[in-house]
Amino acid sequence: MTYLIEGETGDWEVVIGLEVHAQIVSEAKLFSGAATEFGAEPNSQVSLVDAAMPGMLPVINEVCVEQAVRTGLGLEAEINLHSVFERKNYFYPDLPQGYQISQFLNPIVGEGIIHLDMPEGPREIGVERLHMEQDAGKSLHDQDPKRTYIDLNRSGVALMEIVSKPDLRSPEEAGAYMRKLRAILRYLGTCDGNMEQGSLRCDANVSVRHPGEELRTRAEIKNINSVRFVMQAIEHEAERQVEVYESGGDVVQETRLYDPNKGETRSMRSKEEAHDYRYFPDPDLLPLDITQEYVDAIKSGLPELPDAKKERFISDFELAPEDAAVLVADKDSAEFFEALAEGRNAKLAANWVIHELFAVLNKEGKSIAESQVNADDLGKLIDLISDDTISGRIAKDVFEVMVSDGGDPAKIVEEKGLKQITDTGEIETMVDQLIADNPDQAQQYKDGNEKVAGWFVGQAMKASQGKANPQMVNELLKKKLG
Amino acid sequence: MDKATVKNIANLARINVPEEKMDSLASELTNIFGWIEQLNEVDTDNVKPMTSVTEMEAPQRADEVNDGGYADRVLKNAPDHEGAFYTVPKVVD
Amino acid sequence: MSRLTDLTIAQARDGLDRGDYTSVDLTAAHIAAMAAGRDLNAFVTETPDIALARAAESDERRANGAAKSGMDGIPIGLKDLYCTEGVLTTAGSHILDGFIPPYESTVTRNLQDGGAVMLGKTNMDEFAMGSANVTSYYEPVKNPWSLDDGKDRVPGGSSGGSAASVAGHLAMAAAGSDTGGSIRQPASFTGIVGMKPTYGRCSRWGMVAFASSLDQAGPMTRTVRDAAIMLQSMAGYDKKDSTSVERDLPDFEAAITGNIKGLRVGIPIEYRMEGMPYEIEDLWHRGVDWIREAGAEPVEVSLPHTKYALPTYYIVAPAEASSNLARYDGVRYGLRVDGGDLNEMYANTRGEGFGDEVQRRVLSGTYVLSAGYYDAYYVKAMKLRTLILQEFQKTFEKVDVLLTPTAPSAAFAIGEKMDDPVAMYLNDVFTVPASLAGLPGISVPSGLSEEGLPLGLQMITKPFDEETLFRAAEVLETAAEFKAQPSYLRGRS
Repeated sequence: MTYLIEGETGDWEVVIGLEVHAQIVSEAKLFSGAATEFGAEPNSQVSLVDAAMPGMLPVINEVCVEQAVRTGLGLEAEINLHSVFERKNYFYPDLPQGYQISQFLNPIVGEGIIHLDMPEGPREIGVERLHMEQDAGKSLHDQDPKRTYIDLNRSGVALMEIVSKPDLRSPEEAGAYMRKLRAILRYLGTCDGNMEQGSLRCDANVSVRHPGEELRTRAEIKNINSVRFVMQAIEHEAERQVEVYESGGDVVQETRLYDPNKGETRSMRSKEEAHDYRYFPDPDLLPLDITQEYVDAIKSGLPELPDAKKERFISDFELAPEDAAVLVADKDSAEFFEALAEGRNAKLAANWVIHELFAVLNKEGKSIAESQVNADDLGKLIDLISDDTISGRIAKDVFEVMVSDGGDPAKIVEEKGLKQITDTGEIETMVDQLIADNPDQAQQYKDGNEKVAGWFVGQAMKASQGKANPQMVNELLKKKLG
Repeated sequence: MDKATVKNIANLARINVPEEKMDSLASELTNIFGWIEQLNEVDTDNVKPMTSVTEMEAPQRADEVNDGGYADRVLKNAPDHEGAFYTVPKVVD
Repeated sequence: MSRLTDLTIAQARDGLDRGDYTSVDLTAAHIAAMAAGRDLNAFVTETPDIALARAAESDERRANGAAKSGMDGIPIGLKDLYCTEGVLTTAGSHILDGFIPPYESTVTRNLQDGGAVMLGKTNMDEFAMGSANVTSYYEPVKNPWSLDDGKDRVPGGSSGGSAASVAGHLAMAAAGSDTGGSIRQPASFTGIVGMKPTYGRCSRWGMVAFASSLDQAGPMTRTVRDAAIMLQSMAGYDKKDSTSVERDLPDFEAAITGNIKGLRVGIPIEYRMEGMPYEIEDLWHRGVDWIREAGAEPVEVSLPHTKYALPTYYIVAPAEASSNLARYDGVRYGLRVDGGDLNEMYANTRGEGFGDEVQRRVLSGTYVLSAGYYDAYYVKAMKLRTLILQEFQKTFEKVDVLLTPTAPSAAFAIGEKMDDPVAMYLNDVFTVPASLAGLPGISVPSGLSEEGLPLGLQMITKPFDEETLFRAAEVLETAAEFKAQPSYLRGRS
């Protein structure tokens, strides 16, 4: 099922390539020893090098190199043992040197792959390359009517630019690619993937064409800072381009911005006429040469990545592929689940995480790291179900209490008297009472009406405030009315 | 090198060259590049461009925060600043 | 006893140790000379208070038996390209108006740590671009050497102020910088010793960058021994500079043994220029005789790509400079000239802030890196660099040092060679090849032109072999017996 835009001249296919800028997790910047933490006082994390004072020189951060290699390995990519830093020259106030140290002809990482699980089936999206570069500072245009304010805290922070091949064909695929890439980065610990804070940013290259045609001109939508907006921006841009072509016009190669309020992309006032960046190898740095041993050492320390983890969840825990996929999409969720499933019924654990826990977290807009209920406590709750102390139904009530007030599940059960009634005698008494009080339904049961069994169980639950063990109720009904 | 090229480069380099100087600058640059042309006499087909002056490995430094944290020092020489921000004439994106 | 301002570093070191005088005495004498010598325009900023304070500290150390190095208490000039903390640093440019660095360059920090006394910041060609010190925003420097024709002579460049201060005895020594010959050529023009170490020997951290792959700090002194003493204090590994080489510093002065028996000295036949005055060739021949008499073996060698070095340099250096100078934009320091909007501000600031030569080079550099020209120019030039380096390497398998003239002429008059940039570039024709290859080189005052102006001879050797260079240069210096004095000194009261 291909994503196509229906136009008057026929169907249009969308061709998308994504350029993602991922801020490298490191204490200090790529070429300077200033801190990288988000949200600091303006210009308080700026060294003389970052301020591009006369005579300042770059020295590369060894952890940034490792993180880039680690990421390349996570993308199943070629690691280039020889790479070169080049200067990308242009003028902008948040670029104090007047050039950005980047990699152009010889990036540290070459071609790789990202695997997507789409509803239509698995898709392999090619990664073209990954290179390291400096981030720029921040320009604030809204502080003063005549002046722009410049904060260089972010200037020089290490970025990985990850460029996909133009293999994506729909907004959904683009969204899935972003989510998968973010998961991989977070699993590896090389980027925290926080799009709101800007540690993960996306530029989308979009073009349209009739299926089977050559590639047409693409437009670039810059600096999209959420997965949702990535998908929306692509959708709107593709539609805009179709409209342009169908009304007889031509799509211009340009940079655009997405306005989520208006739901449209607009052209950026040209920052630079022709972008002649005049790349050349940075003479303050030497070429970066790493050994295969260095790469192998990093490879041997890689954590289990989402794809492998998913396969293992399916084979070891016998989870359904969709469930496994949901659990591994986020590293913290996967870890939570595994801790929970330890020594327990994995499928039960999976259900609780996916259907109960996630529902609560989504409603409250919380991440699993911020969950009020940790794996330990949730595990205790599940144990209470498994050993028949409470029913699944009651467990949901207990869970609600744990979410709102916290607390140990066993204690909550105790305090609220929610223990399941498993005393056969007690249940038998209840069942007898129900049968006696409801002769019509009893007769229907005898006549083979299966649905009425459920009704009886429901009544038993009502009468016992949910504490009757439904299985037992069913067995007794069978025995008595069978 | 004609005036148009010089104008283009001057723009790329963000240098305001007054009109009166354009012609002389263009001819000086033409002269310089005419002289540089002699490099074409040398066959460099099988030669690798120099990538570093000294044979040595790129030094790497440990990932430690040991710099920055002195906004006043980096702002001291600024022609214009507002509190801890540098300022420039307004930029419209 | 000679004037305090006529002493060499080695002499002063001894005199200070003996207690013949104090560093404050030396410094005060040079401060007076500096003030009296303002006509030479060798200094942009004089720092007498700092100098006297540091001199006093030096004397105290020495009194406690704790003199820190051979440079302790020695009054020197520092090229205004070195960022000096709390002291105006201009790089000879209008665009750095008012720039007071909040940091000290590694090389000048090393000198300071060794006890050297800063007299002031010396004048220079703007951003080190020039070979006559006529491009400075602070007006040209005058060579202390002049003739009776009433014309002021150039001191050479770009370290013209440093050269003039040393030759005019305003400073005992000075730190210069050399990118294509900016220490060696002015040394030749002013009759002093100028030395450029191997690329990577001295740190570039805190030096206003011109061409990153070529810039090197170096000493400008009156004797070879002084250069060795001063280099000892300046050089050393700096982890803040990725191109700084981590190598132990040998004892440079100890390498001066006076013995060059068996030393193989290459005489490269290509170090000639059409129209070069014969006296230079003549001096070169005499130089060959001197080293032969000292027991060395002169060997004719050929470096066929020599003539391509200068055009190669004029692609590489401007290219790097065009990028290194992009930071001078009026935002964070220096001059800002307002404009209607941001881009106008940039263009006005740089248009007004940069002088003509700097603009020419920035534009050339921008051009050779631009789309469509990068391969034809920049890549081509970097290939030439490989060839030039390989040629030197092969040659140094056969010889230990090279002996060449330093410059193709003696000091010319201020105002000459201004019509054609290339004519000015040709001043560096003999110094540029060693720069491109990162080799150490030294100029030793060796003779006088027919008119009576100094001429230097250059020696070049392989990377990190400064010891051989100092050893050979000192023998040459001894043989040359250069005792002539500039007219400026003869005119002193």
